[in-house]
Amino acid sequence: METLMIILSGVLVTVATYLILSRNAVRIILGTALLTHASHILLMTMGGFGGTNVPITGENGADYVDALPQALILTSIVISFGVTAFFLVLSYRTYKELGSDDMYILRGRRNE
Amino acid sequence: MLPVNLAIFIPFIAAICIPFMYRRMSRLHLGWFVIAIPAIVFISLLPYIKPVANGETFTYIMNWIPSFDIHLLTYVDGLSVLFGLLITGIGILVTLYSIYYLSKEESLPHFYIYLLLFMGSMLGVVFSDHLIGLYVFWELTSISSFLLIAFWYHRKGSRYGAKKSLLITITGGFAMLIGFIMLHTITDSYSIREIISDVGTYTDHALFIPTMILILLGAFSKSAQFPFHIWLPDAMEAPTPVSAYLHSATMVKAGIYLVARLTPIFASEILWFYLVSGIGLLTLLWGSFTAIRQTDLKALLAYSTVSQLGLIMSLIGVGSLAYYVTDSTAVTLFTQAGFAAVFHLVNHSTFKGALFMVIGIVDFQVGTRDIRRLGGLVSLMPISFTIALIGSFSMAGLPPFNGFLSKEMFFSAMLHVQEANIFTSEALPVLFPVIAWVASLFTFIYCLIIVFKTFFGKIHVDEERIASEPKIGMLVSPAILAMAIVGIFFFPSGLQQNILVPAASSIYPGIDLSHLATPISWWHGWNTEIFMTLGLIVCGTLLYLGLKYFMNVYKLFPTHWSFDTLYNSGLDRLEKSAATVTNTYMTGYLRDYFRYIFIFLIVVTLGVFFYTGAFSFTLENDSPIHAFEWILTTVMIIAAIMILFAKSRLSAILFNGLLGFSIAMFFVLFRAPDLALTQLVIETVTTALFLLCFYFLPAWVGKETDRKLNIPNLIISLGVGATVVLTALSVHNGKLVDSISSFFENADELAGGQNIVNSILADFRAFDTMLEVVVLFIAGIGVYTLVKLKGKKEVDK
Amino acid sequence: MRINDVILQSVTKVVVFIIFTLAIYLFVSGHNNPGGGFVSGLILASAFCLLFLAYDTETIRKGIPIDFKVIAASGAFIVVACGLGSVLFGEAFLYQTFTTYTLPLFGETEFATVTIFETGVALAVVGVVVTIILSISEDV
Repeated sequence: METLMIILSGVLVTVATYLILSRNAVRIILGTALLTHASHILLMTMGGFGGTNVPITGENGADYVDALPQALILTSIVISFGVTAFFLVLSYRTYKELGSDDMYILRGRRNE
Repeated sequence: MLPVNLAIFIPFIAAICIPFMYRRMSRLHLGWFVIAIPAIVFISLLPYIKPVANGETFTYIMNWIPSFDIHLLTYVDGLSVLFGLLITGIGILVTLYSIYYLSKEESLPHFYIYLLLFMGSMLGVVFSDHLIGLYVFWELTSISSFLLIAFWYHRKGSRYGAKKSLLITITGGFAMLIGFIMLHTITDSYSIREIISDVGTYTDHALFIPTMILILLGAFSKSAQFPFHIWLPDAMEAPTPVSAYLHSATMVKAGIYLVARLTPIFASEILWFYLVSGIGLLTLLWGSFTAIRQTDLKALLAYSTVSQLGLIMSLIGVGSLAYYVTDSTAVTLFTQAGFAAVFHLVNHSTFKGALFMVIGIVDFQVGTRDIRRLGGLVSLMPISFTIALIGSFSMAGLPPFNGFLSKEMFFSAMLHVQEANIFTSEALPVLFPVIAWVASLFTFIYCLIIVFKTFFGKIHVDEERIASEPKIGMLVSPAILAMAIVGIFFFPSGLQQNILVPAASSIYPGIDLSHLATPISWWHGWNTEIFMTLGLIVCGTLLYLGLKYFMNVYKLFPTHWSFDTLYNSGLDRLEKSAATVTNTYMTGYLRDYFRYIFIFLIVVTLGVFFYTGAFSFTLENDSPIHAFEWILTTVMIIAAIMILFAKSRLSAILFNGLLGFSIAMFFVLFRAPDLALTQLVIETVTTALFLLCFYFLPAWVGKETDRKLNIPNLIISLGVGATVVLTALSVHNGKLVDSISSFFENADELAGGQNIVNSILADFRAFDTMLEVVVLFIAGIGVYTLVKLKGKKEVDK
Repeated sequence: MRINDVILQSVTKVVVFIIFTLAIYLFVSGHNNPGGGFVSGLILASAFCLLFLAYDTETIRKGIPIDFKVIAASGAFIVVACGLGSVLFGEAFLYQTFTTYTLPLFGETEFATVTIFETGVALAVVGVVVTIILSISEDV
């Protein structure tokens, strides 16, 4: 199970890297979103799949799933949402101002 | 008595107050406020003189970074009191002078803030006992000097000079920092006092000589010793008060201070003597020789400062022999050399300060300081002439001025070098007095040049205005210094007993200095020294008369083989090659930068893995896989790959949404209800957001570039993926520490919440959550401003 | 542009209240059951999104005259102030505490400073998300 998850996140990272290396702004943003997913899976896997109960104390005995990665991921989800929104608006404004979303055209000029 | 560590901070605090003061007092010249600061510090230092002269010392400590044994440790002894009084005393005079020199149209707050910054950091340098504290203040003096040289930043020369001085002194400073840290490694202490008291226990250490050389590099670059002297003439672009203050009287003496302060530590090594006195003499000779050919009066004074600094440096070098010789009469002789160094340091500050101020006045009144265009000012500016005469003749070493006293001591110190019995060759000890005499000859000549070319001869009438004496206030400071020059000659004993001998005793802790208490007298009978001075006057006058012929000597030195050229071309080449290198990899194309980052990641991580053999992989610890997980994984992998090949943006975004929802499913499987909930909602909102922006962004149709498979990118991506997988597998199979999660399972008792995840977020790690909310808020503001803030063009549309 | 989708609008009127209730439920139960400030904030925000979709933004802004930027700012402020508040009581920054009371109607009820903190989080999330969506959609 863990190995499978790790391989899954590896595939996601590969795709994300490829997307980030492309020229189109939307693809780059999608790449960052994918990278976030991959890291979430990885975090979850690193916590291990040991416990049997949801991490809510109460009646059900004490064998809980590791709660720490969950808290980390929850924080990460919200921040990545903020970042994705910012990226989207950034590329949208860039397109409106400069008329392109192609990184090659948008590149800085020499000695600038 | 005011603790010295507080006194150091007075100028800094005043510098902070200046911007607020300036608004209030627009009528009065800001200098009148600033002049109070050195005066306060000066007065607060006065009570220290008596106890220090009686051999007491004072230490004060303020914690700074206690965990690294770094404190603001201040120490008051003879040497630091001498420097403290010099800094504040000259500071008062210079500020007074600057009030008349700088008109109110100049940006006075800047000037005085820099000046106070310098004053505070210079006080910090001389009172710090802690090496790191000393270094910090040392660099602060470099920075304030940089700011002051560039005060008239619209001039090209000012910027050039400022940059040059900064580059050279900071480079030296770095060397010095390394030296200090090595000194700490050797001696296990940062306190100079402690290191001196442990002397002898570490001289055999392998790092001892490198440490010495590195620290000397710092001191030499600061004190403009050969070949680092090139920055000082260019620093003369600064306003004259600054030149008088920083670049002759105080800052350039910081290197001398350091060498004097560290002499007890290093003097047992003979190399110290050779380096300090050798470089000192070379600087003395070269500086005085070059000064003669200068036509700009300030440049002339700059080279003369260089040579005088060399003189003091060589005296300290000879003085360090006192630690090397064992014979008690020889010790007496060489401690006198150290005493002479301290004495000449004070004298130099007086006469060079006065000279700079007079030259400033000439420049201010006549409008030029080129000696080819000056002349005959004696009848127009008699007071300035008198001061210039006193200053120059003191520098030339003529009676009845204080320069004569220290010059005689200098000659006798150089004559006695041979008594150290350290030389294998006969010629070497003879070289010392010879070089000293020749350099003094050059000094004599350029002193004559200052006086006679400026004030005598034909009056140049090409100036529009007729030169006259300046306002009386401008003359006060140089006049006070001129009086000090004469006063020290006639009544040296007060200065000697209270300040100079205590200062010398900090160079020679533990050596009996009672012989230094004999009053300085100007007449010792017809000895060698007095004949050397007489010879100086005769030869000097003859050479001055034949100056036209003497100038031909300079033609022997090709101009393009100077250290200046070396510096300029070196800097130029450095900049050009840096630009070439930078331009090859800074393409401005985002993809390239990403490639560097990813390749670096792959190489470093995988490199470490293979190098350390850390990779491990087993399937033993894995939990079993259920059918549902297989399905989800397959769906996700397919969705991810489909994003790559999506023909339109819409499908790519939808595949991304599919991925997000699958992850939410995974969270359900992993028994993480909070995550599943959040992921579901956020994926919805994100997809909506993507679709919103989707409206405005251009379609992918016709983009041939990205659909094609890019092989290098593919390789990099696979590499990154493989790195992640390998790292994760190794980490998973090699858990080094136990999970800390069991602590959080007591959430109910500790935080009063049954939901552990929520308790972690809102209680245990609430700080993270707080920052996260702030980040989210900043992102929100960012989006809002990006959308709402528009260029002028767009609003007009 | 006025959108006139009667079915969507009618459904929205009902559903939005259900969503709001869910959000409030998740918020209140967050400390002991799945839920909490983030989720409830997000769900509230998505309810607003639904309103914007069903009607147009102008109508909604007239009906709910709230500046969401202010909401976001006050949320962030509450979160930070919550941390500073514990400093005023002589505790560590962001120290949380809780106590239980017996109330007439609810029985034994727990009161925790976490609730204030979570309120801040929820407000910040609602404010930011709605601000983002609104500012993009208004910029046509």
